[in-house]
Amino acid sequence: MSRIEALFARKNPVFVGFTVAGDPDRETSFGVAKTMVDAGVDLLEIAVPYSDPVADGPVIERAHVRALRVGTTPDDVFALVRRVREYAPPLPLVLFTYYNIVYRRGVDWFFAEAAAAGADGILIVDLPTEESGEVAPSALRHGIDRIVLVAPTTSPERRQKILRGASGFVYLISLEGVTGERDHLPPNLAGLVGAVREKTDLPLAVGFGVSRPEHVAAVAAAGADGVIVGSALVRVIEEHPGDEAGMHEVLRAVIRALKSGFAPDPDPDMPRRERVEG
Amino acid sequence: MRAGRYGVYGGQYVPETLMSALIELEETYARVREDPEFSRRLSWYLHEYAGRETPLTFCGNLSRDLGCRVYLKREDLLHGGAHKLNNTLGQALMAKFMGKRRLIAETGAGQHGVATAIAGAVLDLPVEVYMGEVDTRRQALNVFRMELLGARVVPVASGTRTLKDAINAAMRDWVANLGDTHYLLGSCVGPHPFPRIVRDFQSVIGEEARRQILEREGRLPDIVVACVGGGSNAIGIFYPFVNDDVRLVGVEAGGEGLISGRHGASLSAGSVGVFQGALSYLLQDGDGQALETHSIAAGLDHPSVGPEHAMLKDAGRVRYEAVTDAEALHAFRYLSRVEGIIPALESAHAVAYALRAADNLDEDDILVVNLSGRGDKDVADVANVHGGAA
Repeated sequence: MSRIEALFARKNPVFVGFTVAGDPDRETSFGVAKTMVDAGVDLLEIAVPYSDPVADGPVIERAHVRALRVGTTPDDVFALVRRVREYAPPLPLVLFTYYNIVYRRGVDWFFAEAAAAGADGILIVDLPTEESGEVAPSALRHGIDRIVLVAPTTSPERRQKILRGASGFVYLISLEGVTGERDHLPPNLAGLVGAVREKTDLPLAVGFGVSRPEHVAAVAAAGADGVIVGSALVRVIEEHPGDEAGMHEVLRAVIRALKSGFAPDPDPDMPRRERVEG
Repeated sequence: MRAGRYGVYGGQYVPETLMSALIELEETYARVREDPEFSRRLSWYLHEYAGRETPLTFCGNLSRDLGCRVYLKREDLLHGGAHKLNNTLGQALMAKFMGKRRLIAETGAGQHGVATAIAGAVLDLPVEVYMGEVDTRRQALNVFRMELLGARVVPVASGTRTLKDAINAAMRDWVANLGDTHYLLGSCVGPHPFPRIVRDFQSVIGEEARRQILEREGRLPDIVVACVGGGSNAIGIFYPFVNDDVRLVGVEAGGEGLISGRHGASLSAGSVGVFQGALSYLLQDGDGQALETHSIAAGLDHPSVGPEHAMLKDAGRVRYEAVTDAEALHAFRYLSRVEGIIPALESAHAVAYALRAADNLDEDDILVVNLSGRGDKDVADVANVHGGAA
């Protein structure tokens, strides 16, 4: 059983944290990952810094800029994955990357390095299913899950096509737009979760815009298996330049507050996908 | 060849959130291309409003100087002062047919922003233009023109604060507002179907030029030259000549020289990569990060190029050359003095190449340069930064 499968089998819903490797610098970046793990992040998404992160909003884009400014390379990202893997052996780790980074050094090289470093999955944010043919064999060869994105604008036919190539879990984009905090999540989240649930047995995690405890609660109430928080965590790094101790403290507090959105589960042993009605 | 591909290049490398919009665009475009009402209305706007067809001017002084027959395709005389309006009228009209209520665009030099603002004004669609903060400063006149035309200009302060960041910002806006917004991309770059749409709307340049030269000279030209940033004016004039025995030369921004690393010559000095939705040539480092580019011409200051150009380069059908800032500046002044035509700094790159190429041409050889825009927007910059008119 993969680490991702094991996690979702064991726990539900799960809390997914996100950080950009090398933000704000290589060493502190490991500290950030460590704090996230210690504070109860169940699955960690590590983004590979990229010069043109078009799917991301301003907060995460600035994190990419910070990481690139200190010269973070894909090799540094794999080094970070290795360290986090050593620190937290059962923690599922997913690389979040733009395709040119993968393409430039070679698709198979990238997947091989990711697997050797201890990553469990790779999400290539700008590689829709039509273009993903060239990565599928490498993912398979190196035992890496291909995490796919499903958007609210994805038609039912496309959904089907996308889900055929998916493994690990499915990343449901909650709203039309880029990553970043929002005041409200869209009201039809449960409908989206339900519709995708009908077509796959994979766990469903919801991200984009999730930044408050009530959002976490709403995602859980919509029946998702996981909630993904990015910008709200990345912002803490941005707001504590030169104050590492303060940054770690606030990060812990923010994660604790967000996780309070999860109501105590009356029956934690029962997978959520078996609870969906209708 | 897969749909949306030019050889291996092109494709749709975008977040899933954008796919539905690209699919809608592809379907709409296929429909309007066949719609006689669309063609009729576009043709009206191009002729009665924008001033097509543009002249193919025989330049006597230039020809005497260079020792060959030189023609300029006068896109500088199109309404708005550049070729950009061919595409913006086409796409804005298409947006109308799609029922969109808002246009967004990116702009580098400001020409595409102005052309979008014009199309939005005449077709009654509100326009927001994303423009790198650096470019808003070096093209202040065009910012004012856009605002005068009723558009809102949004300065982009992220990344390198130039054209590529303006495109990123426009794509982010589009992802969040797919329902009512059309992203009016200004060059033959980005994900399919944009490169195809822009090429088709710009091909009017080459179709006219081909007909005009046949009428005038009774034969096809020997060389057609155009500047290449994203590559829309070049693909527009090249495309109708691709199957002819005509040499095609695309001229990229050599900046301070290819050796200096400060340039915008993705085809001459770049490598294959995925950027802003398409596989093409790209100026990138060993890890796949886009590099900062440089050109005296804001419209050529871009790390990548349209995928069809990438294919034409690999096929050897079009030769891509780079000319430096200094050569372009010289051509800017030279054409102004010799022919009384002030070219855009972008177009001056094509003129500069013509000056270079003329050594190898005979007096009967016919050279066509696409004069893609006029240089009024650059006059102040040239005077202030580059030391006056002399």
